[in-house]
Amino acid sequence: MRKKGLARIAAAVTVMSLLFTGCGGESGGKDSGGGSELLNVSYDPTREFYAKYNELFLEHWKGEGGEEVTVTQSHGGSGSQARSVIEGNEADVVTLALAHDVTAIEEAGLIEDGWLDEFDKESSPYTSTIVFLVRKGNEKGIKDWGDLVKDGVEVITPNPKTSGGACWNFLAAWAYQQGQDGGDEEATKEFMKKLYENVLVLDSGARGATNTFVENGQGDVLIAWENEAYLSMEEYPGEYEIVTPSVSILAQPSVAVVDANAEEHGTEEVARAYLEYLYSDEAQRLAGENYYRPSDEKILQEFSDQFDLDMELVTIEDFGGWDAAFETYFDDGAVFDEIYSD
Amino acid sequence: MEQQIVKVKNKKGVRVIPGFGLSMGVTLAMLGCLVLIPLASIFLRASQLEFGEFIQVVTSRQVVSGYVVSLSCAFFAALINAVFGIILAWVLVRYDFPGKRLMDGLIELPFALPTAVAGIALTYLYSDQGWIGALFDKMGIKIAYTRIGITIAMVFVGIPFVVRAVQPVLEKLDREYEEAALMLGAAKLYTFFRVILPELFPALLAGAGLAFARGIGEYGSVVFIAGNIPYETQIAPLLIMTKLEQYKYADATAIALVLLLISFLLMLLINSIQIYMQRFTKG
Repeated sequence: MRKKGLARIAAAVTVMSLLFTGCGGESGGKDSGGGSELLNVSYDPTREFYAKYNELFLEHWKGEGGEEVTVTQSHGGSGSQARSVIEGNEADVVTLALAHDVTAIEEAGLIEDGWLDEFDKESSPYTSTIVFLVRKGNEKGIKDWGDLVKDGVEVITPNPKTSGGACWNFLAAWAYQQGQDGGDEEATKEFMKKLYENVLVLDSGARGATNTFVENGQGDVLIAWENEAYLSMEEYPGEYEIVTPSVSILAQPSVAVVDANAEEHGTEEVARAYLEYLYSDEAQRLAGENYYRPSDEKILQEFSDQFDLDMELVTIEDFGGWDAAFETYFDDGAVFDEIYSD
Repeated sequence: MEQQIVKVKNKKGVRVIPGFGLSMGVTLAMLGCLVLIPLASIFLRASQLEFGEFIQVVTSRQVVSGYVVSLSCAFFAALINAVFGIILAWVLVRYDFPGKRLMDGLIELPFALPTAVAGIALTYLYSDQGWIGALFDKMGIKIAYTRIGITIAMVFVGIPFVVRAVQPVLEKLDREYEEAALMLGAAKLYTFFRVILPELFPALLAGAGLAFARGIGEYGSVVFIAGNIPYETQIAPLLIMTKLEQYKYADATAIALVLLLISFLLMLLINSIQIYMQRFTKG
């Protein structure tokens, strides 16, 4: 009786474990082979753009005589999307908010060294920038970064430690004030401190911050991606205005083929073509229509009445690249922690 | 509970679920795959840090303030839940009124609702532009984006624990006790605090303890209403997310480990009090 009981326990444990591992295998597997499926892991605000781009690409791909392929999209915060790929989400291509997140996947060994030069313009087919979204009438008279530190101005921006978009926001403000202070770091830190004292809610992601500003009616100004700001304008016509500051940052979302996964799925060719076609005139125009700035100068000019092309735009290279920027500003104990520390 | 187990043992051979061996095996496998192995992996991850680093991570000012915010808000939320949970359970057990069943079902809604949905809805209502928040705003009280807001979200997710723990005990509680107390001349308040409450106390403690533990770990609903300002309204689970976003897995698990230990100690304390109380009432 005793022995039989033990045997049953063991049998049940085995069966249950098999069940669990079985489930794991099923949901993780996508190895139907033949390169019939392409998974694009992207970040939040690109949802609308890629929905349309996929159609455009598939038409082009068929015209080129490529084999049947379906493109699947996944969206979320850029950082957590990168993490999901590192942890085994079998993305064939990633189209993320900042190069830093793609580098993290590269460091995990899934993307080959040199991806930044694999496609034109440092692998960013479209760019964006940081602007202000204010409520209709702009009662607080917000024109530039300097107005954000005034008493009584309530600012909404997400936390740079959890949101890629918020890093751009922080750096844009920093770049503006550096110009004002003639490069004096301490003075700029003081400015940033005042700015973040005016921050009412520090959401964990860009979409969350937009929600706080638009749906919950919090704050006077939302520091936002240009394309997000336009989407809010489109959704609530007549309720908001876009203010473009004198200085901002050229946000360069990065695209890359996840080499290890594409190789395994046999989708290398179509994955490359998918990202390359982003640079075609049609796709560039589509990006512009979705409020991303086309990286093609000629096509960007076609949208000159939509975008303010006179803004002074710094780039991440002015901060010495992402690794240096994280070390100086966003790592634990760096500038961002410092301005909150007392 | 104990009586039930004894009953089953006596009725040998008439069990619904086949065999001790089989069901025990399933239990072990479930516990192993769903609870023990994931927990063990937390210890494993955190052990990637050296002891000095571990201490540094979990005692940094931001992390400590995160614990304080989470623990204090969860504590107040559990207190509020204990008081209102008893009242809710009382109403549901002792009175009959139209819509009682519906109300009884509604209690469980916080279990069923995705917490993010709850968080967004609560924030919408309690921000100074929302229906309820606007009323309080006139009195100069801000709810959303303060610790009060965090506490409210925790009350929301915790209330079913208390009600569902107290309800069955209250149902079994013989009304003769109350009648006897009243006949013997005890005042109503006295009867409640000296006759009814001691009977409910172990269940209440268990329910409030669960609500407290749930509050400490709650992320989805709290993060929307919290405002997330460092040192003010940043909860510990958000700090774990922050570390993950920075690809610092070991740091994140270190913070999680401390939360886990706190929850464990809490459960231990509550169980000890319960055992002590049971001895006390029996003796």
